[in-house]
Amino acid sequence: MTALLRFDAVALRRGGRLLFEGLSFAMGPGEALQVTGPNGSGKSSLLRLAAGLLCAESGRIDRSTLALADDNVALDRELALARALRFWGGPVDPAMEAVGIAHLAGVPMRLLSSGQLKRATLARVVASGAPLWLLDEPLNALDREGTERLAGIVERHRASGGAVVAASHQPLPGKWRTLELGA
Amino acid sequence: MMGALIVRDARRGFAGAAWLPIAFFLLVAALVPFAIGPDARVLARIGPGVLWIAALTAALLPIERLIEPDRADGVLDQLTLYGAAEESIAFGKTVAHWLTFAPLLLVAAVPASALLALDGRSLASTELALLIGTPGLASLAVAVAAVTAGLPRAGSLAGLLLLPLAVPLLIFGAADAYLLEGAISLLLTAGAPFVAGAAIRAGRT
Repeated sequence: MTALLRFDAVALRRGGRLLFEGLSFAMGPGEALQVTGPNGSGKSSLLRLAAGLLCAESGRIDRSTLALADDNVALDRELALARALRFWGGPVDPAMEAVGIAHLAGVPMRLLSSGQLKRATLARVVASGAPLWLLDEPLNALDREGTERLAGIVERHRASGGAVVAASHQPLPGKWRTLELGA
Repeated sequence: MMGALIVRDARRGFAGAAWLPIAFFLLVAALVPFAIGPDARVLARIGPGVLWIAALTAALLPIERLIEPDRADGVLDQLTLYGAAEESIAFGKTVAHWLTFAPLLLVAAVPASALLALDGRSLASTELALLIGTPGLASLAVAVAAVTAGLPRAGSLAGLLLLPLAVPLLIFGAADAYLLEGAISLLLTAGAPFVAGAAIRAGRT
């Protein structure tokens, strides 16, 4: 079994403060990991580190192709939802269907609510087809129906051999391994 | 990905305020006869230099929208995750910026040259010099935009950074020294994406 994401004795320092050190774990196909911890414990930084957007202080990280959904929407505000998603490629229509925003396809991004924007970023991740998903606070701004949709797409992704790492201080729907970061 | 980025950025440039630097360029050119007086010989003598000064100051206007919006919205992060090197992103943005800036500038130089009483020959040589110089100017603008992205008062800082670096282009461009100007422009076009790429990486938090 090849790991989709492997941390080997990783330490991360931000602004002179050591957030964590000696962190090791591996994620295989079908696995899901929830990163928990208080505000400022480095959950988001861990995801950006996993994505390769930050550099580790020490240690080694191996990663496969991945998709990241965080607070940055990264979809052009002046475009309609479907067209904005199409810039990033992949099967956009089924992805919008999966997160319940297919009826908004022609609506300009700037008119969407924060919950709809969250769903749009999830749709971008679904459409990417990447085996590894990194989700930063995926429940933020999602309503109950959105939470169920999230559980559904994560379940399908895992069943098809993908892995998910999510950072959240709230309980996520479904079964997750947990990794607790100290403050 | 790169082609899509260029098309997207060019579309955003034209849909946004692509006319603004051009209007500014024409305005500067129109102010000069008021300041100097209507002596056609004097105007024709300083005209090419005035067009260059106007082009340089107009090039400052779009800097703040070149990199910062995409940095703040996570587009640069996502492009990296989709496999684009930061240097390629910067180069793609340079091409798109040139497309939305230079052709309009070259067109606007025609009415501007009439305001400055330039004859056909000096207009042609200035157009050629602008054509050679604008790729370097666009590259410089993207690099400076990347270096200042996310900083407070980035716009004023960008002006202080860009104008001194554009001096070689100005000197050789205004002197119609096409080969030297082309060499500088090529150097900037080749080097600036690496500066911009490093700045994008260093600016990540």
